[in-house]
Amino acid sequence: MSADPKKEESDDNAEPLDLVRLCIDEVVVVKLRGDRELKGRLYAYDSHCNLILGDAEETIYITNAEEEDGKVRTVKKQHETLFVRGDSVVLIAPVESIK
Amino acid sequence: MLIFSFFKTLMNTEITVELKNEVSIRGTIKSIDQFLNIKLDNATVVDELKWPHMSSTHDMFIRGSVVRYVHIPPDKVDIGLLEDATRREAEKSKAGAA
Repeated sequence: MSADPKKEESDDNAEPLDLVRLCIDEVVVVKLRGDRELKGRLYAYDSHCNLILGDAEETIYITNAEEEDGKVRTVKKQHETLFVRGDSVVLIAPVESIK
Repeated sequence: MLIFSFFKTLMNTEITVELKNEVSIRGTIKSIDQFLNIKLDNATVVDELKWPHMSSTHDMFIRGSVVRYVHIPPDKVDIGLLEDATRREAEKSKAGAA
């Protein structure tokens, strides 16, 4: 790798998970498989995107297949400390980047 | 490895495991491995009316891959320690890749 220490933090050797590292102890939005979303404080993650979140609010989007009016019902659940298995994770975003 | 070590600190605590098929199981964590397979003792299904066929099982092994969430008692979690360990692990894996 580059000998220039400044280069270490530059964009050209940044990894995607570096964004997640900067989100530690911040509130993140996590989209999951199965029309689910979590918003909570990121305590820990690993390279599989296994996560540990605190004070997480889960939103489940339920579409009624029978009435094809496109209406989506949401169910919200509050969790204190939650481990999320990485294979369900679709994306992780810092909350201020979602507008 | 970090998450595995974290679960090892939760040994013998009451947790609720939510599976990908919507079943939630509450029990005492007795063992964990690198795949995050979990062995639960005194396990009960949270919504027994909805899942009556599960109520006869007490000690169980849960394959890691079918887990969606694990609900952890907040008093068992040292947040500062967890965050520092995560940062250290991130640095380490980056150094290893470089």
